[in-house]
Amino acid sequence: MENKLIILLVIILGAIAVAQLVRIYEISSKLRKNAEHEISNRDNNLNGRMMFGFMFLFFAFFIYLMQVYGWTGRGSAASDEGVEMDWLLNLNFVIISAMFFFTNFLLFYFTWKYVRKPGVPAYYYPHNNKLEMIWTVIPAIILAVIIILGLQTWNNLTGPTTPEAEKIELFSKQFDWTARYSGADNTLGLYDYKLTLDNNELALLTTNTIDSSLNNMLYGSTGIRSLQKLLNNRDTIFSDSTLNVLKIDLSRKERLYRFLAQMKEYHNPNLDASAWDDIIQKDTLYLCKGQEYEIVLRAKDVIHSAYFPHFRAQMNAVPGMATRMKFTPNKTTKEMRQEKNDESFNYVLMCNKICGGAHYKMKMIVVVLDRPAYKKWMDGKKKVTFKDQYFPAAAAPTTPADTTAVTMN
Amino acid sequence: MASHDAHAHGHHDEHHHHDENFISKYVFSQDHKMIGKQFLMTAVFMGLVAMMLSILFRIQLAWPGESSDFLSFFLGEKWAPNGVLKEDMYLGLVTIHGTIMVFFLLTGGLSGTFSNILIPLQLGARDMASGFLNMLSFWGFAISSLIMLVSLFVESGPAMAGWTVYPPLSALPQAVSGSGFGMTLWLISMTIFIASSLIGSLNYIVTIINLRTQGMTMTRMPLTIWAFFVTAILGVLSFPVLLSAALLLTMDRLMGTSFYLSDIIVGGEMLTNHGGSPILYQHLFWFLGHPEVYIVLLPALGLSSEIIATNSRKPIFGYKAMIGSILAIGFLSFIVWGHHMFVTGMNPFLGSVFVFTTLLIAIPSAVKVFNYITTLWKGSLVLTPAMLFAIGLVSTFITGGVTGIILADSALDIMLHDTYFVVAHFHIVMGMSAVFGMFAGVYHWFPKMFGRMMNTRLGYAHFWVTLIGAYGVFFPMHFVGLAGAPRRYYDYSAYSEFDNNSFQLMVDLNQIITVFAIIAAVGQVLFLFNFFYSIFRGPVAPQNPWNSTTLEWTTPVEHIHGNWPGELPTVHRWPYDYSKPGAAQDFITQVTPLEEGEEEH
Repeated sequence: MENKLIILLVIILGAIAVAQLVRIYEISSKLRKNAEHEISNRDNNLNGRMMFGFMFLFFAFFIYLMQVYGWTGRGSAASDEGVEMDWLLNLNFVIISAMFFFTNFLLFYFTWKYVRKPGVPAYYYPHNNKLEMIWTVIPAIILAVIIILGLQTWNNLTGPTTPEAEKIELFSKQFDWTARYSGADNTLGLYDYKLTLDNNELALLTTNTIDSSLNNMLYGSTGIRSLQKLLNNRDTIFSDSTLNVLKIDLSRKERLYRFLAQMKEYHNPNLDASAWDDIIQKDTLYLCKGQEYEIVLRAKDVIHSAYFPHFRAQMNAVPGMATRMKFTPNKTTKEMRQEKNDESFNYVLMCNKICGGAHYKMKMIVVVLDRPAYKKWMDGKKKVTFKDQYFPAAAAPTTPADTTAVTMN
Repeated sequence: MASHDAHAHGHHDEHHHHDENFISKYVFSQDHKMIGKQFLMTAVFMGLVAMMLSILFRIQLAWPGESSDFLSFFLGEKWAPNGVLKEDMYLGLVTIHGTIMVFFLLTGGLSGTFSNILIPLQLGARDMASGFLNMLSFWGFAISSLIMLVSLFVESGPAMAGWTVYPPLSALPQAVSGSGFGMTLWLISMTIFIASSLIGSLNYIVTIINLRTQGMTMTRMPLTIWAFFVTAILGVLSFPVLLSAALLLTMDRLMGTSFYLSDIIVGGEMLTNHGGSPILYQHLFWFLGHPEVYIVLLPALGLSSEIIATNSRKPIFGYKAMIGSILAIGFLSFIVWGHHMFVTGMNPFLGSVFVFTTLLIAIPSAVKVFNYITTLWKGSLVLTPAMLFAIGLVSTFITGGVTGIILADSALDIMLHDTYFVVAHFHIVMGMSAVFGMFAGVYHWFPKMFGRMMNTRLGYAHFWVTLIGAYGVFFPMHFVGLAGAPRRYYDYSAYSEFDNNSFQLMVDLNQIITVFAIIAAVGQVLFLFNFFYSIFRGPVAPQNPWNSTTLEWTTPVEHIHGNWPGELPTVHRWPYDYSKPGAAQDFITQVTPLEEGEEEH
């Protein structure tokens, strides 16, 4: 409360300050011999000099920031692609810095140099086609270089991966990341969002997961049967709005059930294997130095963006669509720690597309190992595949679903 | 033309002795000068609100998690419990700040104000083609502003999906609280705003094409009018696309369609929407969004062309090249929108086409910059506050423009996309260049708008505080971005878990930025005071205070309906005859006939 009073006081004092300004204003307009539109030579020269002075201050500020923060911000690139991008960035930076210094210098220098001097008229100089040509053609040439180099790099970065590339899926949802390694066959199993269940968070597509989803949709605690029971119970009276919500929920679930039933009809059980051996990994993403990665991205709810600042890699994860990116880490976490002289440093995967309140916390630590260490870690992981974790007895299907029961409703 | 003049003249006489009441003069006015001032006042107010919002979230960024009485005073216990800003409200503040600044200050305020005031005055017209539609355009703007402000007070909070309101986040109230009623209000407000902007733009185009006075050929129009003309065309072609984007979003939100939604599970609920694409929204949004940048920037460049020529006492260098570059920028702005979407999963080949078209824009932009600089060369500069702001605009246009080259390069955009580097880039272009253009315009045409002069000394003080303060805010942001800091982060504490050096860098720079932001914001008091005080108490302005050549300075200081008493002026020459050799004065107004044997430029 007291503090609010203080803030009010500050506002009142501010108003008094404005009133004082009024007085200064009136006194200054009385003192001035010139009318407001006549700028005195003194004011003119002073501002001209200040403009030129400002330029030096401004350039010094730029150089200072560049020295202190410029290249150190996120350290050197930690992937092969990042090294190429950093080279291109530096080249572009040199070009634009030169343009920045040159044009700003001319601008502020002329402002100071050609400030009005009594008796010196301005030079009537309306156009010169040669000059116009010069500053059309020279930027065009510089830009041509920038475009050609940029597109070469862009094509390398977005082109196909080699067959040796390891495939990893990054699954995003509010507000965390889950990685799925493709397992022994280096093939990511198929998925369908309708299969999402507590024991199948990534909605992988296998005969068993379809069955358990069908089962859950029908008999689960908020499934179709329990909703029907609730609605058909003559002892309960719902308000119109609740009734409406329940009915919409029921019809939505019936529709989903039909989709699942169709999915079951068309499912090819031979595809199950590629999902069973996938490895689901939370908290920390382990990568191998020198290994090329093909990263596939998926979003469960809203758009997220997988952003690896140190690998210079970024791609959005979009609901309903698969996106991809690739990179090859070239420094282990250990090497980077030595380089940065910081024992607590880690690589990171951050979310870089606004995705809700806790957007700023959505991250995953990334550890890059050398090949032997990675292989050791991976061998351990291969013992706990998706199948081992959630469907250890997977060969035989669980409850066969009753597909005809719902459609009649 | 002649019959029209006679008609307009008669109309003017009819009203001359007519005493207007308060409502028809100040509220539902159909006079373009009053409507321009109404736009300006509304925009200044909206700009102040948006600036306040930015100070609120800048406090959170500089001193994260620390209790601030300032925050609890403005946001109360609901949004800043114990003086600490809530995460959701942080996003709400960022979103509304961006929306108001881009649309309400820089589109409505800049183009709305100056197109209205200057188009008829500089073309020698009695008024806009349709005074009634013009009034409608302002009131649409006023109502949409009001709705946008009201959305700040909704219980579930204002829109929180960023000013671009990408679905699915903006479509699903389960994903963030602001996507409930707050987002609905956002959409309603923007729909009205778009309608208002369209009516306004069509009116500007029709006026420029039809109501030029005798002798005012297209190539004798001041560059301001060229800029407003191209701006209006851009608005007419691109805003309807935003409307369609908003409409489809509304249908997804309210009617269960799936334009932007597919395969979503949110808040534990499995949605049945299938087949839509969030990328579609982004294409539609940026099809407006990029021309929008030039809708904001071209009027500022137009105003500064006029101000720089006048105060250099020299013709603008390369008048035809300037027109050419405005047209080129206008055309190119329609085929570059994809550079906002390099990392959305858009086809990489399409991406490379957008790299090419985007970088082409640098050429007409460079032409403009060099032409400004050459205009200053060997001039006789009069550094009025307006002139200083115009020169400041050229400087920020360079500074903000060159970083655009990096962001347009898709290979480099990958690592800078959605970081503070982008925030720095577009704030220097829009938050500095366009705003400087607006200030320059206000200082320069204030005598025309209100018949009084602003205080020059206060104007100088305002310029220096703003230049230093604003560069102090947006320049260091590049380096926050180069360090990899994502935008729209509530705080950067996550960095302390994996990279303490970067974390420290971000804390340091964010504090510097916030301090400069507060200085720059407080500095605006100088402007506000000068502005409002001078309206009532400033010294009375002479008819042509800046010794300008254009037509608006041939009208009387007192505002009258129909702008010119008696006949409309006839134009005999281009608008940039400053310091012409052989002339008695260092300026020759456009209404002065060519002398015997004198060549038009």
